[in-house]
Amino acid sequence: MQREGSAFAGLGVVTLKELSDHLTSIRMRVLEWLVVLVALAALYGAIQQIKETTAEDPFLFLRLFTTSREPLPSFVSFISFLVPLMAIGLGFDAVNSEYNRRTLSRILSQPIYRDALLFGKFLAGLMTLAISLITLWLLVVGLGLLLIGIPPGAEEIGRSFLFLLVTIIYAGVWLALALLFSIVFRSAATAALVTLGLWLFITFIWPVLAGAVAQIIAPPDPRYIALGLPTPATTLAEQFLARLSPSTLFAETVVALLDPTTRSLGPIYLSQLQGAVLGAPLPIGESMLIAWPQTVGMVASAILLFVVGYVIFQRQEVRA
Amino acid sequence: MTEDMVIEAKGLTKTYGTATAVDHISFSVGRGEIFGLLGPNGAGKTTTILMLLGLTDISAGEVRVLGFDPAREPLSVKRRVGYLPDTVGFYDQLTAADNLRYTARLIGFKKNEREKRIADALDRVGLAEFGDKRVGTFSRGMRQRLGLAEILMKGAQIAILDEPTSGLDPHATSELLGIIRGFKAEGVSVLLSSHLLERVQSVCDRVALFSGGHIALMGTVAELGREVLGGGYVVDIEADGAGLAERLALIPGVSGVERTGIGKLRLHADRDVRPEAAVEVVAMQGRLKYLGVQEPSLDAIYTRYFESRPDEEMAMKEGTRHAA
Repeated sequence: MQREGSAFAGLGVVTLKELSDHLTSIRMRVLEWLVVLVALAALYGAIQQIKETTAEDPFLFLRLFTTSREPLPSFVSFISFLVPLMAIGLGFDAVNSEYNRRTLSRILSQPIYRDALLFGKFLAGLMTLAISLITLWLLVVGLGLLLIGIPPGAEEIGRSFLFLLVTIIYAGVWLALALLFSIVFRSAATAALVTLGLWLFITFIWPVLAGAVAQIIAPPDPRYIALGLPTPATTLAEQFLARLSPSTLFAETVVALLDPTTRSLGPIYLSQLQGAVLGAPLPIGESMLIAWPQTVGMVASAILLFVVGYVIFQRQEVRA
Repeated sequence: MTEDMVIEAKGLTKTYGTATAVDHISFSVGRGEIFGLLGPNGAGKTTTILMLLGLTDISAGEVRVLGFDPAREPLSVKRRVGYLPDTVGFYDQLTAADNLRYTARLIGFKKNEREKRIADALDRVGLAEFGDKRVGTFSRGMRQRLGLAEILMKGAQIAILDEPTSGLDPHATSELLGIIRGFKAEGVSVLLSSHLLERVQSVCDRVALFSGGHIALMGTVAELGREVLGGGYVVDIEADGAGLAERLALIPGVSGVERTGIGKLRLHADRDVRPEAAVEVVAMQGRLKYLGVQEPSLDAIYTRYFESRPDEEMAMKEGTRHAA
């Protein structure tokens, strides 16, 4: 059965309204300050470290993002930690707050489809996150330029820009997840707790668990153990499991993009290394190829989560 | 399809799994008519309304709103129909005018038209000076009025109001009913649902009494009164005078006299016997303190209807419990 009219009638209106809500909300203000302060701390640590250790590095500028100094983690680690929190903070009450404020049935009785409302909310959240992350990126690049005093090359800018794009995609994954739980749970507190719990599980517990589960799926071969080597089957299984988590995908993508010497994200056989100049940087295009499957994986999981939420939302009753 | 029917429902049914919320109901609402869906909570009123708006799927049956099928052409229906949900909500952090502005943008009004319509609508419901106040500070009655302003702004041909008066104080209620009468004056059809029978009796042209997903009774209040309460009139008299009851019983048309208190009598008659009763009291040199005829009230109709059908009332109460 064909519906009349466009599913996206009113999309722009919803997006603009949600965007203005986000940008004026206190929640957003808090998150922004948190990110800025944390970024400054990480940058400060990185610069101290760079000044002390690195004399000659062709990619000095990229070290800004990846270098850490005890006890602070690197900028990238901070980002991979904070971006999910920001996304969850923006998305956990997107739909259920409309129910609880009893605005949903009034809005849906206007000539728009539910599609526009949901997609508008996602877009507005993503735009808010993108605005914050672009600001943050400019801040880091600018400060780095001032403090290190060496201008970055075109490739470095290109790589760090790709890193920015990937970070926005990563934020999209968590935003879609938060949106999904805001549809499933009528209570905003429940939705927030469940999303945060899942985030903790995926980010901190799953990588450990993946190793243990891999040992069960593909038990290590005693011959490899005798040689003190990891069993390829076990390693592959572990990697497969770990990559179910968007955090792993993001971490791998970032390594490939920000460290030009990365040649592979999986186990590598000696035969594959023949003729390779170890430690030599790859061109940016090659690095992108290495990170491509992970990036597509993140895009796909964002779409998948959104679609699941969309289907549930379409079937939900509007009465509170 | 009749020319001047704006809503026509035939055999409308909604099932949730095995439970039936609305069971084969048929009704129609004419242009400029105020039609009341009355009944206890959980009788299927809100579900019916949501089906009319295309906000929930129709399990079986057919419905036309202004000639459109809400399931296939929801945008056409929603463009022409205004809806005030049960306990309407607004964005508390936005002002009243901004809330309406958002709706107006969703409808697609251009900027100049938008501002004019918003100002007019706020003025009509008496919220003109509250336009730039945050809705968070509004009382319940003001929110309901803002909801009506939204319908006015939309220029809707049908206004669907779900429990518009619930939780309002008497003053706010009569204000609201006044605005609803204003809709009728402009030729806007109104479909309103309520469980407060006597309140809506005064504004409804026709009513449908819901119970357990069925329409138990439908018609004007007077028609229902005759159907359920019988054709009889009930006249109350308060007067003193010995042997008055016996004299009154002799009036032609009076079928019974009962004593309802000291000096209080109730006559059951097949016509309005107030003039004759007054003559009798005066002829006996009694002192007449009160003389009145009972109008058929929806409350009485409702109570009487379900008294005579205890099974249905049980079913209705069951239904209410499930819905709650």
